[in-house]
Amino acid sequence: MLVWTLYICLLGGALQWLLPSDDPRPSRVTALFTALAALVCALGGSAQWASGGQLGPVDLAKASWIPQLGIQYHLAVDGISLTLIVLTGLAAVAGVLFSWNVRERTRHFFGLYFLLLAGCFGVFLSFDLFLLFAFYELAILPKYFLIAMWGSKNRDYASMKLALYSFAGSAMVLVGIIAAHVVSGGQTFDLAELAKFSFPETFQYWAFPLVFVGFAILAGLWPFHTWAPTGHSAAPTAASMLLAGVVMKLGAYGALRVAITLFPAGALAWRDALGALAVVGIVYGAVVALTQRDFKFVIGYSSVSHMGFVLLGLASLTTIGLSGAVLQMFSHGIIGGLLFAVVGRMVYDRTHTRDLDELSRLDLARVWPFAAGAFVLAALASMGVPGFSGFVPELKVLVGAWQVFPTFAVLSGIGILVGVAYTLRVVQRAFFAVATGEATADPKATALLLDDSEDSAISVPERFGAALLIGATLFVGLQPRCLLDWIVPAFQSPLFEGLRKAGGLQ
Amino acid sequence: MDYGVLAGRLFPEIIMIATALIVLAADLSLWRRFPARWRRTVAAFTTSMGCLMACAALGGELEIGVFYKGMWIFDPKIGLLKEVLVGLIAGTVWINRESSFTRHVGEFAALTILAGVGGMILVSTENLLLAFVGLELLSLSLYVMTAFAKSELASVEAGVKYFLFGGVSAACLLYGLSLLYGVTGATQLTAMATALAGKAGDPLVFLAVVLVSVGLGFKVAVAPFHLWAPDTYQGAPTPAAAFVASASKVASFFLLAKISLLGWKEVSGGGGWRAFAPGWSPVWCVMAAASVVVGNIAALVQTRLKRLLAYSAIAHTGYMVTGLLANNPSGEQALVYYVITYAVASLGAFAVIAVVERAHGTDDIAVFSGLGRRAPYLAACLGLFLLSFAGIPPLAGFFGKIYLFIAALGAPGSKLSLLWLVLLGAGMSCVALYYYLVVLKRMFVFKPEGRLVEIEVHWMTRAVLGICALIILMLGLFPAWLFDKLTAR
Repeated sequence: MLVWTLYICLLGGALQWLLPSDDPRPSRVTALFTALAALVCALGGSAQWASGGQLGPVDLAKASWIPQLGIQYHLAVDGISLTLIVLTGLAAVAGVLFSWNVRERTRHFFGLYFLLLAGCFGVFLSFDLFLLFAFYELAILPKYFLIAMWGSKNRDYASMKLALYSFAGSAMVLVGIIAAHVVSGGQTFDLAELAKFSFPETFQYWAFPLVFVGFAILAGLWPFHTWAPTGHSAAPTAASMLLAGVVMKLGAYGALRVAITLFPAGALAWRDALGALAVVGIVYGAVVALTQRDFKFVIGYSSVSHMGFVLLGLASLTTIGLSGAVLQMFSHGIIGGLLFAVVGRMVYDRTHTRDLDELSRLDLARVWPFAAGAFVLAALASMGVPGFSGFVPELKVLVGAWQVFPTFAVLSGIGILVGVAYTLRVVQRAFFAVATGEATADPKATALLLDDSEDSAISVPERFGAALLIGATLFVGLQPRCLLDWIVPAFQSPLFEGLRKAGGLQ
Repeated sequence: MDYGVLAGRLFPEIIMIATALIVLAADLSLWRRFPARWRRTVAAFTTSMGCLMACAALGGELEIGVFYKGMWIFDPKIGLLKEVLVGLIAGTVWINRESSFTRHVGEFAALTILAGVGGMILVSTENLLLAFVGLELLSLSLYVMTAFAKSELASVEAGVKYFLFGGVSAACLLYGLSLLYGVTGATQLTAMATALAGKAGDPLVFLAVVLVSVGLGFKVAVAPFHLWAPDTYQGAPTPAAAFVASASKVASFFLLAKISLLGWKEVSGGGGWRAFAPGWSPVWCVMAAASVVVGNIAALVQTRLKRLLAYSAIAHTGYMVTGLLANNPSGEQALVYYVITYAVASLGAFAVIAVVERAHGTDDIAVFSGLGRRAPYLAACLGLFLLSFAGIPPLAGFFGKIYLFIAALGAPGSKLSLLWLVLLGAGMSCVALYYYLVVLKRMFVFKPEGRLVEIEVHWMTRAVLGICALIILMLGLFPAWLFDKLTAR
């Protein structure tokens, strides 16, 4: 059932090209049903998997593809990938709901949207490195066109930067993967097979950083993060939701699934350096977010900061840190998506400004109380308030980091504090500036917003989309067990035997 | 020697030459009075008939083996390459339907076929004398094809440049071959390999290797012998440029692979990082690295699409040489796989350029603005070919590039010694993505600029484009099929 997430997205994307070009409505409805079908497959498949109770990866499809090089069409799933598949399914539905106002070339928009989703599902499902890499690169192009065609300010620069950063990262990954294939004897690209092979330490010492950094570029690793804020800001709402929500996770997932799994000794050797970069990312992202005037840039840098926790968890190489990192991927996927939805769709698409000073005069809390409410909830989740999904994973990552590098754990605590500061600042400036007397209302501009005919009120699809994401973050916040029961056992599987032997996963 | 048997072995080539003569004679006599459009169609169909018959002969019961002391060889892989060449001839003649640069339709078709026959001879021999004859048949036909648009200064200039460069490089090649003959007393490659054993340090051998490398480096347009390529691609009539970029590449690369892997087996040397050893490897290593860098960087600033493709072709040459440097059978397979898919995509890309150029009168990248809305089929096909060049999955170029890198890193004996070259190639492919994306952005993101020009596409061009696109997509999704044929013994 899980494999159908991938096929449904491919079919749904292809179907869009057959729809009429002048009327956006059939495209929207088709897109919604496609996304819902993918989500149902993801949830149904995970229920099926959970009842099976296996630790290790479960094969979903295995067929010979290019036998001469030992390349297989091998799809499989374990607790880690399952978590991210469910996340992708949720983000897919929410993204469609928040793209209801795309009127220009709607069918092409959704066609590319589902191609991007297919790439994401494909990466999470692949257990053959060649296949994984193919899906990883497949995702680059739709990202580029979604931003270049439907993006806002600065889209030319942002889309090209995003595409080139992604491609540079994947070029590094490619060399690393091929080198691993060759060094292991040139017989296979299968992840499970390669994980059994113990690569020479001298080889791991350079292959690990190559592959890890290659993937982590997409996860917003400092100092290769600069594509993220510009890309997120220029992207149309649904694309920035997917970028922050799912695509950045592709990078983190690849770093865990490929780099750490295959090159454990290299990972241990580089642990401190990567931890340091992650902490710099956390603090730097937060501090920069504090000083931004552009609403979307604040959220963009907050993504860098939050993804820093994922990378810190990965760098710690402890069970608790790694499982915290995976949970944080899920949590940030939901919260980041919600934040971008409010900023991009609810606010920017209607006010046509992202400048916080201008927004502060619009009295948005009174104009759209729903947007303000949704944003406050998202902000609380983002700050890591208990009860929301952000709390448990960041705590786990900090505990994991504390076991290995206490200094970094303390430093990233500073990042959390600054995180609270910029989140509250942006909530106050964007929505409650007039209410708190910080700014004087501009009644003319406010009236203009309410006047603006059909699209002035928060629409039903937006309400559903926001409710879906808020529901997800609350559910995981209150019941983190349900995901952790998938994630933690996954680290006991034979895939991580090498890491355990090398001294990780204490 | 039994000439009947010889004719049987050369049957596909004989069919092609007969086709060339028929097209030439019929066009000069019977079809003379008809309009040029009609003559182009009929010439294309006549040529395709010949090509189909040659393909049937190639697919039939040709004897497999090495004949006349290596003067002529045939095996399934060579058969496949000849089929590709024949297909490229047909494709070139078909896309010629769009162009109007000449009234001498028959001559152009005949020259295309003869150039192709030169390529077919080239891939089918292990004897350097015959190889040189085939190479010259190919080259001389191409010089004329390049200069075929007599009334256009650019075409004539391109022809002269191509000819002068080509003449000098042929001289180098011949001088190198004569030195090799002097040292080894053999023109046949396996005999040469035996005679060269233990002579890796001989300065005369090294001089010969360098001279031959210069000659062949010119043919495949590897830096620093690439200077003719941009002007030729730019100035030549588009079908001629398509043929230079596709069929000529396939044949020349196969010859290069055969000479260096078979004839120079004993003088390979090594091109590993800090482990250079004298032989042909270090020479080609340096040229591969230079090509990848020069081609990709220079392509960045081009404003004409044909010129851009010329520089990107130089970069692709660098990648293909990387496969050659693996110096093993899988490197050769990777090279052949890549050059075939590259040739098909090139033919398709030039076909699109031919149409747009005819409508707008120029191949400036600016005229491609909004092509996605004006001519969706053309834009989609060109987009597909460019993405295959860039190595985006699931297109043929993606697998081709990875296969080259796998072969280069897996070179036996010295694992990962070519890592530096692979890293350079992978890094420069990001630069390549940039300029391909610029073109794609023009086509799909930009709105049409200036005067709106109606673009009509003849169904013959559509057919060629469709077939090329299908091949690129299918070889990307199922590369194992072609792979099987290349590894078959």
